[in-house]
Amino acid sequence: MNNTPIIRVQHLVRTFGTVTAVNDVTFDVRKGETFAFLGPNGAGKTTTIKMLTTVLRPTSGTLELDGLNPVTDSTEVRKRFGVVFQDPSLDSELTAWENVDIHGVLYHVPRPVRRERAETLLKLFELWDRRNDLVKTFSGGMRRRLEIARGLLHTPKVLFLDEPTQGLDPQSRNQMWTIVKNLNESEGVTVFLTTHYMDEADRVADRIAVIDHGKIVATGSSAELKQQTGTESLEAAFLKLTGTSIRDETFSAEDRMRQVSRVWRR
Amino acid sequence: MSVVYILWQRELKKYLRSRAQIVASLGQPLMYLAVLGFGLGPVFRRAGEGSYLQFMAPGVIGMTVLFTAMFSGIAMLWDRQFGFLKETLVAPVPRVQIMLGKTLGGATVAVLQGTLVFVVTLVAGFRPSSVLAVLVAFLIIMLIAVVFSALATAIGSSLKEMAGFQMVMNFLVMPLWFLSGALYPLQGLPAALAVLTRIDPLTYGIDGVRGTMIGTSHFGVPVDVAVLLGVGVLFVSAGAWRFSKLEV
Repeated sequence: MNNTPIIRVQHLVRTFGTVTAVNDVTFDVRKGETFAFLGPNGAGKTTTIKMLTTVLRPTSGTLELDGLNPVTDSTEVRKRFGVVFQDPSLDSELTAWENVDIHGVLYHVPRPVRRERAETLLKLFELWDRRNDLVKTFSGGMRRRLEIARGLLHTPKVLFLDEPTQGLDPQSRNQMWTIVKNLNESEGVTVFLTTHYMDEADRVADRIAVIDHGKIVATGSSAELKQQTGTESLEAAFLKLTGTSIRDETFSAEDRMRQVSRVWRR
Repeated sequence: MSVVYILWQRELKKYLRSRAQIVASLGQPLMYLAVLGFGLGPVFRRAGEGSYLQFMAPGVIGMTVLFTAMFSGIAMLWDRQFGFLKETLVAPVPRVQIMLGKTLGGATVAVLQGTLVFVVTLVAGFRPSSVLAVLVAFLIIMLIAVVFSALATAIGSSLKEMAGFQMVMNFLVMPLWFLSGALYPLQGLPAALAVLTRIDPLTYGIDGVRGTMIGTSHFGVPVDVAVLLGVGVLFVSAGAWRFSKLEV
């Protein structure tokens, strides 16, 4: 690991109407590190990831990923990252293999390389035996692993994981982080994650940024955050930094759809 | 090209795998054929217009193509939040390729569904004038499919809420269908209705299918094809533009 930043965010702002979701955020992510973005609901984590992954334009401020601007060089930037969004983005009517294969075509990975890497990743994520099954027959944990495997197919420099372990049991979470951490070390892929589980951040993240109300309130390693706040655990440090009041987000159109999706369980 | 192809292929695979859905979606056209075709048949004949089944079969095929194409596009709303669409939106390929793959895939599915209904109309007693007529008619059916698949992509890229889906079905898809002259001849309509039918692109589609399949057309097949091509270019451009602006 060296200290060159692969992601550089400066004075980033994003507003939605009268709401400022991200308010003057500045941070760096170093090449090869595992960087965790922690914050209560509605703090601006997902909005920041969406801007870094080119699906949302910033209101103001500058973004840089591997020296490129996601707004003006979106195609080049897209080649350099893999992403697992908070909401699923698999095609559940296709097989695991088909999902991964289409990804390879979309990222212009040559066929032989695509096949080989798909096999390696599916084996690594323990999905190889189920590769010809439709994704709709997969459990939540298997779907998440498949999304991560797919996101790594084109050997990205940065892997974004937005709450990848939400709703998974401790066994699945543990397995997922073990594999991701191994890849982080063996392939040198920078991992940018968000999570609500403090134990995960404590375990996998080299550095942590705590964001609240659209602003970064602290950055540092888990040990540094504990030291800064004079607390024993990361959870205590987090609560000290962000307060104990519950954040009631307004119920958005997206949330409504999410609720329906749980009922339909697609 | 490989991107357009694989996305087109994806729509097709999904369609062919959803057997239950294919059968279910035949229900509505069957109902129209049976209830209206046989129900209004005697009145139509008494009015000196000939066989109502011959008249409305192209309309029911057109309806199927319209509904299938529009539905696949509007499903985008769901697909971009909880489905595969988001995966394609962050891929390093020009959005226009994704839009084309998706739109052509949706159009192909609509044509296949239209073909199934065509077979059903044959069973019900519909008799097109010749095999060549059917082949030419299918070129027009493909145009209809592209026009509405592109329109659906444009709308699907613009909708923000699921409530919008109902709006589109009630205030766009149903009027497009009822105003298309699928169920009644275009001659001698009240002025207001005559104007509305002429704004509806599906009118020209169904008129073209009727013109080629049974040889009776209100505007003439060349006019129908010209209008469909013009509207097609317009809707594909609009769809590509809306899709390129899509944020999640």
